[in-house]
Amino acid sequence: MDYLYGLAQTIGVHTILGLSAYVVLQTGQVTMAQAAFYAVGAYVAAMLTTVWGVNILLAIPAAAAVACALAGLAGFPALRFKGLMLVVATMALGEAVREFFFNFDYQIAKGDLKVGPAGAEGFRQIRYFYERGWTTAEVAGFIWVFVIGIMALLWWMDRSRIGAVLRAVGEDELAAQSVGINLTAVKVSAFALGGAIAGVGGALYAHYTTHVEHTAFGVVMATFAIAYPILGGLSSVFGTLIAVLFIQGLLIQGLPILIGGELRNLLFGLLILLAMNIRPRGLIDERVARMLRGLFVRSRNA
Amino acid sequence: MLELKGLSKHFGGVRAVDGLDFAVREGEIVGLIGPNGSGKSTTVNLICGVFPVTSGGIAFRGRDITRAPPHVCLALGIARTFQNIRLFNELTVWQNLWVAQNSAKHRKQRGFLGRWVGGRGEARRSVERHLEFSALAKKRDELAGNLSFGEQRRLELARALAAEPELLLLDEPAAGMNAEEVGQLADRIRSLQGQGKTVVLVEHVMELVMGVTERIAVLNFGRKIAEGSPSEIQANRAVREAYLGTGAKI
Repeated sequence: MDYLYGLAQTIGVHTILGLSAYVVLQTGQVTMAQAAFYAVGAYVAAMLTTVWGVNILLAIPAAAAVACALAGLAGFPALRFKGLMLVVATMALGEAVREFFFNFDYQIAKGDLKVGPAGAEGFRQIRYFYERGWTTAEVAGFIWVFVIGIMALLWWMDRSRIGAVLRAVGEDELAAQSVGINLTAVKVSAFALGGAIAGVGGALYAHYTTHVEHTAFGVVMATFAIAYPILGGLSSVFGTLIAVLFIQGLLIQGLPILIGGELRNLLFGLLILLAMNIRPRGLIDERVARMLRGLFVRSRNA
Repeated sequence: MLELKGLSKHFGGVRAVDGLDFAVREGEIVGLIGPNGSGKSTTVNLICGVFPVTSGGIAFRGRDITRAPPHVCLALGIARTFQNIRLFNELTVWQNLWVAQNSAKHRKQRGFLGRWVGGRGEARRSVERHLEFSALAKKRDELAGNLSFGEQRRLELARALAAEPELLLLDEPAAGMNAEEVGQLADRIRSLQGQGKTVVLVEHVMELVMGVTERIAVLNFGRKIAEGSPSEIQANRAVREAYLGTGAKI
């Protein structure tokens, strides 16, 4: 059973990671910086709880705020870049942040234990949940409260005018400007919101793994962050969740049970290619998304 | 209402617009015509703040908007359509109009939150009104990308109108339309005048320009070569030469 709860934790934090990129991708900005904001969230929250003994319910919003501020700042120079240039620029930012944590050393003695980030060794002993005797199931539940909260927020945003404006910017910047949308405000806000969400995800990630190090927040994680919403489709937040279930649940956890050995790695890539070929607009495209919406609410405009 | 003074835009050595003086009066429908590449679309883009102006100035209602970015121009009351249709194809017809409600009036009426969350009541009624006007009410939940060409043209106009502009810049709205559609468009433009809007019509389809405008300016190589009523323009020798070349006999 603990295995399943552990899986629920992984899927939860990866969904948050994917959703942090979802918002930014909607505005047409391909970002490779989400892993950096995730790292900032992880380190800030872990230092608050472990080094300074802050309650996790305060540490998470603080982590989100710091990641949000950094993302907002990163959003301004990002305005000047488009397409591949933006990918490279955000990737550089991601690497800079990773390098920062590689060199970041701040430890204090706590009893007979030294806690805090220790450069390349990473930040070990993030024992907040452990010290308080939380079970795996409780931690999974805690994580999913945030997953559901963020999904609900973005779901609501998608249905409100904000969602339409984000998509309009993503589709055609010149047309969006010409109907009076302030590109700078929208793109920077999307970046900041994506950063805040990544901060929450990082904070949760740090606490359930109990140990973070800079290598985790590299290009691979940044790629996963944008792969989920792209594979899942940008029409609905459920696309990202389903893509995470597909990749983390089925491909990474499920396949080894069904098939052992080398074949798995080959199949992993092939299945992603297959999924993208069958559903080029994402697993949950606009048509499915509308059907989903119809299940919950009768269309207001019908 | 709109005043262009010595407006110039150079792309490298190309003088797309070159010292253009032109004024539009309140409530007027003016045409802006000229052969391909004569600077008509560039002029529209300069007025809307899409390109930075090389020299000269633009004033709207006495206010200098030479350097105003597009979203500011829209907020002040200048809306436009595009020569090559630029709709938000992944949004529904309804949403295309919804996102365009960004005029200063909208901002004031709805407040920050109301505007972003979407607003009920008035915002929706206003979208419905524009859908009705452009005969798109039945298509409201269709994705814009799935519309027919004529419907997309109508939606572009509707989207520009959704911002409740005072000045409307139409960049070749009749391109690719059949005669019947051009007729409907002409009716629509005339009824806009009835609603107190000012229209600048950039167009190649002469039956539309000659039919609805009161005054026409002709551009060639970025300069204004003639200005006058439709009948004056039709009789103008310089205009004929610009379109047909010198020595042409009609």
